[in-house]
Amino acid sequence: METYINNYVIVAIFIALGIFLPVAALTFGRLLRPNNPIEEKYTTYESGNEPVGTGQIRFNIRYYLFALMFVIFDVETVFLYPWAVAYNKLGLFALVEMLIFVSLLVVGLAYAWKKKVLQWNSI
Amino acid sequence: MNLLQDLTFSSFMWFLSGAVVLLAVVLGFVTYAIYFERKVIGWIQLRKGPNRVGPLGLFQTVADVLKLLLKEDTIPRNADRFLFILAPVIAFVPAFVVLATIPYTSLLQFADLNVGLLYYFALSSISTIGILLGGWASNNKYSLLGGMRSAAQMISYEVPLVMSVVGVVLLSGSLSLNTIVEGQAGGFWQWNILPQFVGFIIFIIAAVSELNRTPFDLPEAESELVAGYHVEYSGFRFAFFMLAEYVYVYAIAALTTVLFLGGWHSPLPFLDFIPAIVWFILKFLSIVFFLFWIRATLPRIRVDHLMSLGWKVLLPLALVNIFVTTIVIELIKYFK
Repeated sequence: METYINNYVIVAIFIALGIFLPVAALTFGRLLRPNNPIEEKYTTYESGNEPVGTGQIRFNIRYYLFALMFVIFDVETVFLYPWAVAYNKLGLFALVEMLIFVSLLVVGLAYAWKKKVLQWNSI
Repeated sequence: MNLLQDLTFSSFMWFLSGAVVLLAVVLGFVTYAIYFERKVIGWIQLRKGPNRVGPLGLFQTVADVLKLLLKEDTIPRNADRFLFILAPVIAFVPAFVVLATIPYTSLLQFADLNVGLLYYFALSSISTIGILLGGWASNNKYSLLGGMRSAAQMISYEVPLVMSVVGVVLLSGSLSLNTIVEGQAGGFWQWNILPQFVGFIIFIIAAVSELNRTPFDLPEAESELVAGYHVEYSGFRFAFFMLAEYVYVYAIAALTTVLFLGGWHSPLPFLDFIPAIVWFILKFLSIVFFLFWIRATLPRIRVDHLMSLGWKVLLPLALVNIFVTTIVIELIKYFK
């Protein structure tokens, strides 16, 4: 049990160190880098032109569809992992169960495929 | 290790100093991986690569980092200041934290988590949020499109990436990376790359895509999106996005070694006298070289091809691989 907790202490140390490095580097950099603010420097880059309209433009609905597909299949992997770990103890029955589950999702994938969700046609 | 038995102040200090040493090693790796990458690509393209700063150009990356450190830090007026500052940190932290569970040899491992593999994938997907945030917070059209594209690509390839290793988990019956390597002892014919060759191919393709490296570097497609999600980033904030990418190169190369190439085990039993860590480093470096090699060789693929490849080829193939593996396991069990 102690060993188990200690492994996560190490993870916590890694997280702390991972946050510390960028914070320290950027704070240290403040002492070194010049600070010469000119109004034009703070405009948004748009190939040298004055930015037109708002930067947070409307983007393609496809991104949302892909996100939706991702959620479905990522949840599937959440079920596949424990199944794979315990497979040797579960045997043939678990294989059939998982085949049924995955084939249901594959039907969903085939439907999305047929509906041309997976086809990327603009930016 | 005795250190893991109970948590005292001295063992805590050991963990801390170990983590600091690893951080130094990783930063050193990144410095020379960038140098080596530029050299290798130079050689492949019949150029010399960096050769001006220091002997053989060895200090080129150091000079580049110092230059970035001395650059003025500009945050665009229209940017969402808080998220803009937060994004590179969110992209970098998981890249480093996943390294906690990589086993280098049977004794040299920081955190032997029993859910090691899941931990790796769960944390590495957080970096997507950092990239998306960077693109959104910049309030720039190029950044936004680059960030969205990057997120779409990374989530599309995460599914086949995660599924391609289910076969490995089935063979070893564990998510602990240490146990997975132990199961591959006794020569190269025991390595997972042979029974899981399809899984290995899917894993490598999806991993390169997760790293946003050529031929899948569409988020940074210079010819169409200037630089993608980090158009507005400069100086050290930009450096952290780059650092995150190269730390992931380290992580993915180490993970490939562990999952498919037998970790620290020697390819032939009579070569066991060579220390385990040497084998690990050799395999690790060949994967790193392979990543640089394909970057120099392959052209960038088109965005619609990229998405179709992920969803229409790799995902079904990964699913088929899982079930073929299971059925073969069942057959072997049946005929034994």
